[in-house]
Amino acid sequence: MVLDSKLPEGPIAEKWEKHKFNVKLVNPSNKRKYDIIVVGTGLAGASAAASLAELGYNVKAFTYHDSPRRAHSIAAQGGINAAKNYQNDGDSIYRLFYDTVKGGDYRSREANVYRLAQVSVNIIDQCVAQGVPFAREYGGLLANRSFGGAQVSRTFYARGQTGQQLLLGAYSALSRQVAYGKVKLYTRSEMLDLVTVDGQARGIITRNLLTGEIEQHAAHAVVLATGGYGNVFFLSTNAMYCNATAAWRAHKKGAYFANPCFTQIHPTCIPVSGDYQSKLTLMSESLRNDGRVWVPATKETAERLRKGEIDVNDIQEDDRDYFLERKYPAFGNLVPRDVASRNAKQMCDEGKGVGSTGLAVYLDFADVIKRTSAEAVSQKYGNLFDMYAKITGENPYERPMRIYPAVHYTMGGLWVDYNLQTTVKGLYATGECNFSDHGANRLGASALMQGLADGYFVIPYTIGDYLASTPPKPVTTEDPAFAEATAAVQARVQQMMSINGTRTPDDFHKKLGNLMWEYCGMSRNAEGLRFAKQEIAKLRQEFWSDLKLAGTETEMNQALEKAGRVADFLELGELMVDDALDRNESCGGHFREEYQTPEGEALRNDDDYAYVAAWEYMGDNQPEKLNKEELTFENVKLTQRSYK
Amino acid sequence: MSWISKTLTSSIGRKIVMATTGLFLCSFLVVHLLINLQLLRHDGGASFNFWAEFMGTNPVIRFMEIVLMLGFAVHIYQGLALAYHNKKARGAQGYVVNHSEQNSQWSSRNMALLGTLLLIFLIIHLMNFWVRSRFDAFGGLAMVKVPNMDHPVGDLYSVAAASFKIPWYVALYAVAQIALGYHLWHGFRSGFQTLGLKHPKYTPAVYYTGYAFSVVISVLFALVPIVMFFDDQYQPRPATGQTVEQSLTEEPAVLR
Amino acid sequence: MAGSNPNAKPMNLTLKVWRQKNRVSEGGIVDYKVKDISPDMSFLEMLDVLNEDLLRQGQEPVAFDHDCREGICGSCNLFINGRAHGPEQGTTTCQLHMRKFSDGDTITIEPWRAAAFPINKDLSVDRSAFDRIIQAGGYVSINTGGTPDANEIPIPKDIADRAFEAATCIGCGACVAACKNASAMLFVSAKVSQLALLPQGHVERKTRVENMVAQMDLEGFGACTNIGSCAAECPVGISLENIAILNQEFLSAKATSNNLA
Repeated sequence: MVLDSKLPEGPIAEKWEKHKFNVKLVNPSNKRKYDIIVVGTGLAGASAAASLAELGYNVKAFTYHDSPRRAHSIAAQGGINAAKNYQNDGDSIYRLFYDTVKGGDYRSREANVYRLAQVSVNIIDQCVAQGVPFAREYGGLLANRSFGGAQVSRTFYARGQTGQQLLLGAYSALSRQVAYGKVKLYTRSEMLDLVTVDGQARGIITRNLLTGEIEQHAAHAVVLATGGYGNVFFLSTNAMYCNATAAWRAHKKGAYFANPCFTQIHPTCIPVSGDYQSKLTLMSESLRNDGRVWVPATKETAERLRKGEIDVNDIQEDDRDYFLERKYPAFGNLVPRDVASRNAKQMCDEGKGVGSTGLAVYLDFADVIKRTSAEAVSQKYGNLFDMYAKITGENPYERPMRIYPAVHYTMGGLWVDYNLQTTVKGLYATGECNFSDHGANRLGASALMQGLADGYFVIPYTIGDYLASTPPKPVTTEDPAFAEATAAVQARVQQMMSINGTRTPDDFHKKLGNLMWEYCGMSRNAEGLRFAKQEIAKLRQEFWSDLKLAGTETEMNQALEKAGRVADFLELGELMVDDALDRNESCGGHFREEYQTPEGEALRNDDDYAYVAAWEYMGDNQPEKLNKEELTFENVKLTQRSYK
Repeated sequence: MSWISKTLTSSIGRKIVMATTGLFLCSFLVVHLLINLQLLRHDGGASFNFWAEFMGTNPVIRFMEIVLMLGFAVHIYQGLALAYHNKKARGAQGYVVNHSEQNSQWSSRNMALLGTLLLIFLIIHLMNFWVRSRFDAFGGLAMVKVPNMDHPVGDLYSVAAASFKIPWYVALYAVAQIALGYHLWHGFRSGFQTLGLKHPKYTPAVYYTGYAFSVVISVLFALVPIVMFFDDQYQPRPATGQTVEQSLTEEPAVLR
Repeated sequence: MAGSNPNAKPMNLTLKVWRQKNRVSEGGIVDYKVKDISPDMSFLEMLDVLNEDLLRQGQEPVAFDHDCREGICGSCNLFINGRAHGPEQGTTTCQLHMRKFSDGDTITIEPWRAAAFPINKDLSVDRSAFDRIIQAGGYVSINTGGTPDANEIPIPKDIADRAFEAATCIGCGACVAACKNASAMLFVSAKVSQLALLPQGHVERKTRVENMVAQMDLEGFGACTNIGSCAAECPVGISLENIAILNQEFLSAKATSNNLA
């Protein structure tokens, strides 16, 4: 199949307007004859479900949570970008577009990114009208802050809880449609398969997480807004339930999976404190504005520190290595996320890591506290310091913070065309679930923007184009495809319940996570990736022969839920490794050790790898087929990044 | 149901009823206390009996008495209804371990209990004073002359003086005033909160006024029987000839 | 102390956990021992350890709700030693760490209890009543698109800040759990006052508060008696002032709206 991204003709600034005019429309009285399934109720899902229902479609919205408001969009801290230029500092749609393509290390589709920048301004208007309490200036107008990767202040925020406020806005719009009866809400329902009829998405199979019942739902189109797959790594800043099952099931039913190896590692997270660790917590990147990153200069000092023989505050200035300042004198502690992360890992690999696990570096505020005062620092970072103290039990005003990088976003996802349609007709993917806008690296404050852009302002237009070509006759679950898919889901659940081995789902998940982190994490090499591929295959076999579950499948069974997700991670993990092996270059979140400049920086290969790798499922235990969508850059000039 | 009854039976409506009646009852307490304090004047009850007569005969007061009765009735009924509904809302299974003392004041959590104690006290108190002063069949009062009054008035003072020579009766009053104090401690500020009267400038004042009000009112109310118990100056007029103990247990002797 | 301190002593604890098969069955407290609990673990990670042990022994793990483990999603909801979200003020269960406990402690863990929050299983309860209250009016009725420019209506900073404070409610239900009356007024008031404070919410001000309160009553929550446990136990510090605003809004809506029903 040739990948057709359906990019509209014309200059980039006119593509979206033209496209909106050219797409087919569904007449208002016909809209109520169409059913749409939206899976996921985060920013992308809730906004899509609400907007589609407002247009008149019948929407069924699904979440595995007890309420739509729990989706992990809620945890986003920093803010949301928009090209409003309220600050009169030279921002524009074009600049946001440019920054995003560049920030993505030139592996995203220009037209999609431009559209994203265009609708970003509408998002802010929409959210304010919903009653989202963005931060404001004393004059009553909206405040902005600056964020990494941009030289203008275009980030709108609500203290450190922007994701929460935006999600609650979308949730309220969704709730309104539930009240009107235009959205039927299915909570604690997990999508376990996609149903296709004649190559078209026609419904989903879900498991009711309270009763264990396997349920069938039919619709004219299906929208997946099920988030990213960062939890492949076991430890990430994602929530515990975040998983790839819906996307992976769709992939196995024909949706291509694009750029799976593009994962973003965030440098300032609170480090792992022990094997029991269940997740990682991110702290805003802004800490690096004032904190200095260091490790003990020698392995020996680090070792004594880890054993508790000396205290961190005993280490003299000469025995400290401010490695970012040393290696990158120009940018120092403010190098981009990927560079900071990789260097921290390198220090720990050399045995200079701190903390009982040796997997942490210091982020020290002693200088700034001396230079200004503890109060001044508290005013700027008080909430972050409090959070750190709560989690670690240490006072960051007196002792340097310990930080370590962690996985927190996946740029890859289901391949979609300009309409956000996957390679399965009638199946759409929005938000982090798709691959489209961030290339190989996402800029801060752009995830919220993309989720809401897709849901509020893109899918409502583009889905009509497909529906208009589908007859508005009712779809039912009577097609044999539904029974087939249901039987397959049931069989899989039964199979997991009946293995009765010795190892828990978490046990497998941790093993997989370690492999992925070690060999397909911050830096990768061909040898390690090949090793990981073998190990993952082995682990997958062990999973299906040694899994231990308890209880029954006809009740609430959280271990069973987890097992199903881990089973899919075990397949997706291998595809990530394949993709990382295929991409013989370093770009954005993907750093291949073989491809670096003499100074150790990422070395991109635009001649051979300026493409989207879209993987096609070929059947169980078959290698997946690589399809390439070549990326052409007509508006942005490709350059190499340097931070020396 | 009309919008009015719907409003009044909604959760917030019930609370608003509690708040308005409660704050109204607070105003009654002030009047009652001022008259009680007349008992402590060393005038053989002349002032107290004068005001007792005034309260019993003034048409405006008599009308307000009905309003007061209604206020009490509604406050009590609504309080019990709230307690019932809220108990139901909590569910059949309670917490096995609950340390609510770590997140709230005892008085706030026990308004229904305090209210019930006060209700019991109120019944005893009314039986002894109010019923007897209003209905001759339940005791009636001896008549005495007081200054500024051209006709004899009922000698309620003697009833009080006699009553407050009985140790258990004084103790009952004192205990009831502790309950009243706690009830007001929460009730006063709570009333303002329920009526939505909250403002960073004024709310602290409301709180302190409420605390001061509850302490002053309950202490002074309790002080009257205690002082009268210990001070020999306060004696019932022999003409009455009947102690409260008797009045509670025996058929009343009609003395005119 | 944290990971940096290798001398942190592991703890052995006795857990008394409420186990209940499903909504209709009888529940009861079951005792468990957990060993070698690091003081750096979060409370939920301690439960993970218990659950892994149980599962390996072929027993059913304890069901409990949780997700983000960052204190923002509002999923986690445990009543620990007689307190909603445990002993630490201003903290969700997931952000509570074991260093708040001592070796040899007995910890009682129960689900939220309220008639309007039926138990699904073990420690997991059904809080969909909160969703239905929001559905009754916790929104501004505008469709996507066609909204005015975001800076069209200036909003005084202190109003925006107060609205934000109210809007930070995470919908965990600790207010209901802690309240003697199982009242949901703090939750409802947070949304009502957020939208009452902002000009965008003014259009539907009256119907919103009337409908949301009606739904709250219908769900079987108790009435507020201003005890204050809710605000004291709220992990994000939603203030009682919001309840006062709710009362005010309700009273004035009832007195002046055209709604005769």
